[in-house]
Amino acid sequence: MDDFYKEYILDHYRNPRNFGHLDHPTAKAEDLNPLCGDKIAMELSVGSDGKIDDVRFSGKGCAISQASASMLTETLKGKTLEEVAQLSHDVVLENVGIGISPTRMKCAMLGLKVAKSAALGEIATWPDEAAT
Amino acid sequence: MIAPVDARAAAIAADFPILAKPTSRGKRLVYLDSAASSQKPQVVIDALVDYYSSYNANIHRGVYEIAARATDAFEEARVKVARFVNAAHSAEIIWTRNTTEAINLVSFTWGMQNLKPGDAILTTQVEHHSNIVPWQLLAAKTGAELRYIQADDDGTLRLDDLDTLLRGTKLVALSHVSNVLGSIAPLEQIVPRAHAAGALVLVDGAQSVPHMPVDVQALDIDFLAVSGHKMCAPTGIGFLYGKRALLEAMPPFLTGGDMIRTVAYDTTTYAELPWKFEAGTSNIADAIAFGTACDYLTGIGMPWIREHEIQITKYALERLAPFSARGLQCYGPVRAEDRGGVISFNFADIHAHDLASILDLEGVCIRAGHHCAMPLMDKMNWPATARASFYLYTTEADIDVLVAALEKAAEVFKIA
Repeated sequence: MDDFYKEYILDHYRNPRNFGHLDHPTAKAEDLNPLCGDKIAMELSVGSDGKIDDVRFSGKGCAISQASASMLTETLKGKTLEEVAQLSHDVVLENVGIGISPTRMKCAMLGLKVAKSAALGEIATWPDEAAT
Repeated sequence: MIAPVDARAAAIAADFPILAKPTSRGKRLVYLDSAASSQKPQVVIDALVDYYSSYNANIHRGVYEIAARATDAFEEARVKVARFVNAAHSAEIIWTRNTTEAINLVSFTWGMQNLKPGDAILTTQVEHHSNIVPWQLLAAKTGAELRYIQADDDGTLRLDDLDTLLRGTKLVALSHVSNVLGSIAPLEQIVPRAHAAGALVLVDGAQSVPHMPVDVQALDIDFLAVSGHKMCAPTGIGFLYGKRALLEAMPPFLTGGDMIRTVAYDTTTYAELPWKFEAGTSNIADAIAFGTACDYLTGIGMPWIREHEIQITKYALERLAPFSARGLQCYGPVRAEDRGGVISFNFADIHAHDLASILDLEGVCIRAGHHCAMPLMDKMNWPATARASFYLYTTEADIDVLVAALEKAAEVFKIA
């Protein structure tokens, strides 16, 4: 946790990538972390080749939830909805690096949960046991 | 220079064994979350151990010595709690798990018996969920209307239209001290006006009874709900105070053993107060230790505790003030005298959870989030706040560590 708030995390927190809304999303979902009220919405656009060609997220919350969601949007492009639905928590941990304490795991996983919910068309479970 | 009041707090801190234990990172534990749950003095821990290791037995019907001893200690604790809030009779104290259960008891019994369509329940915009949700459900079940006293941004209740709001109101349910803003409700103004309008008053005392003298008779409160764990007692024990005539007219809440006088296959008569409301085996050990906590707090003196919290809040507000240039905002009343020992704040664009995580590394325990007051957070348009809260063992040295940790957070988040 000492090392968690790295330059790139703060950068994604203060300058979130793909932040906002799509005009015609193919799939979308939103959810909140009931512990803290952090909210994230994800909108996905799927191209004719079946792959995600655009993503937007919106929401408010802590640096961990917002930076994780911002970084995730960049990971999602080029994947199919089926692939997104299958993503594990590892994708988030790889994005944000080490050092998330168990008490903050849900913050980090919220964006992925919402992206998976959008891909599945139903509320996804928390991506990791450690996040529950 | 250390003020005498702070020196006494430092001595009091030695009564709390947890405060002497360093964190896993070797930091001194600086516990600034007493509004969520207080720490426990050794005497309270000893009272639990003593019960379990010397006279553990069920109460009220046992004829053997340790059962009699347990019964005596349990009922003596009720007398101590009654004295603590100056109830006229110990039978007016009903043990519950916590404040929430005490409020629900009133909602499910008095509320279901007395409310009908056209009646109103009046609460305020600064309430904890525990003093909103039971009334929302009661309103839905009875057809009564739920109304809110408006609050200013510092939590001050707007009482100019109180008489209009009281029209048709049967119950005013409000917190004495806000758990988010620390603002203190002027009960001495509200209670007489409510009574004049024919309404009863239920006070959520979770944030006041642990921290200042509260006299239910002087304030003429009809119901008071309190949690033990916020006032040096164990978790799982709290109480409802109710005026005797009201409690006697109310139907029972939970039913079963212990709350009966006689049971036949087709009828039951209920026990007298307070046992009518205490079905099943009570939380004996924690109730006894709650009595010990009352003794401990009374020994130190509730007026002193109130004075100390004003001093420590004043000191904290002074130490936090210079951070305002870097975007730190404190919420709630400006003057320490007008608030409980609770300071909610936000620091520039650092989310409260990030702030709490960074402070945790420094051994500083604060709360972050919506503090179970989501309607208030929405009204104020705060996604979350950080909250530091104080108690009898909080010292100026604790505040100094908080300030140093905030500097660390500013460094991590590069706030110049």
